[in-house]
Amino acid sequence: MAETARTDVLIIGAGPVGLFAVFELGLLDLKCHLLDILDRPGGQCAELYPEKPIYDIPAWPVISGQELVDRLMEQIRPFGAEFTFNRMVSGLERLDDGSFRVTTDEDEHFEAKVVVIAAGGGSFQPKRPPIPGIEAFEGTGVHYSVRRMEDFRGEDLVIVGGGDSALDWTLNLAPVARSLTLIHRRPEFRAAPDSVKKMFALRDAGKIDFAVGQVGALRGEKGQLEAAILKTPDGEREIASTRLLPFFGLTMKLGPIADWGINLHENLIPVDTEKFESSEPGIFAIGDINHYPGKLKLILSGFHEAALTAQAAKRIVHPDEKVVFQYTTSSTKLQKKLGVA
Amino acid sequence: MTRLTFIAFDGTRFEVDAENGSTVMENAIRNGVPGIEAECGGACACATCHVYVDEEWTDAVGGPEVMEEDMLDFAYDVRPNSRLSCQIRVSDELDGLVVQVPERQA
Ligand SMILES: Cc1cc2nc3c(=O)[nH]c(=O)nc-3n(C[C@H](O)[C@H](O)[C@H](O)COP(=O)(O)OP(=O)(O)OC[C@H]3O[C@@H](n4cnc5c(N)ncnc54)[C@H](O)[C@@H]3O)c2cc1C
Ligand code: FES
Repeated sequence: MAETARTDVLIIGAGPVGLFAVFELGLLDLKCHLLDILDRPGGQCAELYPEKPIYDIPAWPVISGQELVDRLMEQIRPFGAEFTFNRMVSGLERLDDGSFRVTTDEDEHFEAKVVVIAAGGGSFQPKRPPIPGIEAFEGTGVHYSVRRMEDFRGEDLVIVGGGDSALDWTLNLAPVARSLTLIHRRPEFRAAPDSVKKMFALRDAGKIDFAVGQVGALRGEKGQLEAAILKTPDGEREIASTRLLPFFGLTMKLGPIADWGINLHENLIPVDTEKFESSEPGIFAIGDINHYPGKLKLILSGFHEAALTAQAAKRIVHPDEKVVFQYTTSSTKLQKKLGVA
Repeated sequence: MTRLTFIAFDGTRFEVDAENGSTVMENAIRNGVPGIEAECGGACACATCHVYVDEEWTDAVGGPEVMEEDMLDFAYDVRPNSRLSCQIRVSDELDGLVVQVPERQA
């Protein structure tokens, strides 16, 4: 097991607001480590609407979700924040000395004096497709991710979906599965054209099957999956299936935050509007996850919250240092930190 | 004003007056039509505003664009007359439009 990593501020969530917090904290000499269940930075902007235009970022008449994330990454580069992706933050506890320990689902530990929860609408988790009774097979016959390819060796595998995950796993698992059927609602895909080409080549070579339609039901007993029922406009048919991998995108779920002993109000974290601190001193909440009178779930509001939280975090991490208010325009000290002076 | 009718999954009819230029989804939300969630607020990013366009109206309404087709992959029980209601804009030509709300959103 990895040893405990220490930093000044742990940021849970690498959405736009968590990213900008790195900048505001960095100007105050605080080092950050960000954790996110996604495999890349950007939160909702990167996962839900990378190509859509945003019109209300000050001084950007229009900017796409992904471009905003790219610009933020560029802006915070001087501060050398650390990132750990593909990890769900599962635990948050206070240690005897008043600092915090954060635990991930891979059982790694991180410690810091301040925790900033920038968890937005919650952690991104795979969408459960609306197939009646699917819950009964979850973990035994139905899986939403592939941790070990070997788990699928010799199985009759059905993969559902038309995006990159569905196509990539079809290509990767075809050699190990006993049989593999890819099911998608239509013959067009939202995936890399090269993967689509390779998938059709495998089908033409008789290595896999591709069926157009939707999975309407599952058949099996006591959690042991036996078949998927394919629904098409012409009727229904059964496809032998001992393992089903549905890839229907991600949705946001509050997740483990509810278990951390912080007061919640309708799945949001109530905070004050001076420091955006939660009911637990030293734990702050900024961006979409927090709640206060007049709250607007806007990126620009989250940016403002990050700036004020940084001031409060500074007083906790460096209680003896006096914080002098400075402009990036005129302070050589700040400019040195930014690497421009 | 354009007249729209929503038929909820339990058969309840909601007849509403819609402003031209608004989306069918916005009118569903404003009038509390059950079964339309519209989590993403109309950005074509969630597929929780799925409706079935009444067969009589499919030609007038037209089919989905590429981005909407992609999002429909995430909807439940998609049929040839499926649309995401945030992508249907109300106009004079749609006066009398009838749409059905599916059993559930994804
Ligand atoms: C379609 C759409 C259009 C939008 N348009 C606009 C717009 O035009 N203007 C605007 O200002 N806003 C817009 N928004 C809202 C804006 O995207 C959000 O306000 C913003 O993303 C909030 O940022 P955040 O950093 O607080 O959270 P998020 O972007 O939600 O990021 C939170 C991150 O935290 C991670 N996380 C949460 N819990 C855990 C955990 N336990 N472990 C690990 N990781 C965790 C999540 O995986 C996620 O990556 C739009 C939203 C959508 C969906
Ligand atoms: S409201 Fe989200 S796709 Fe229509």
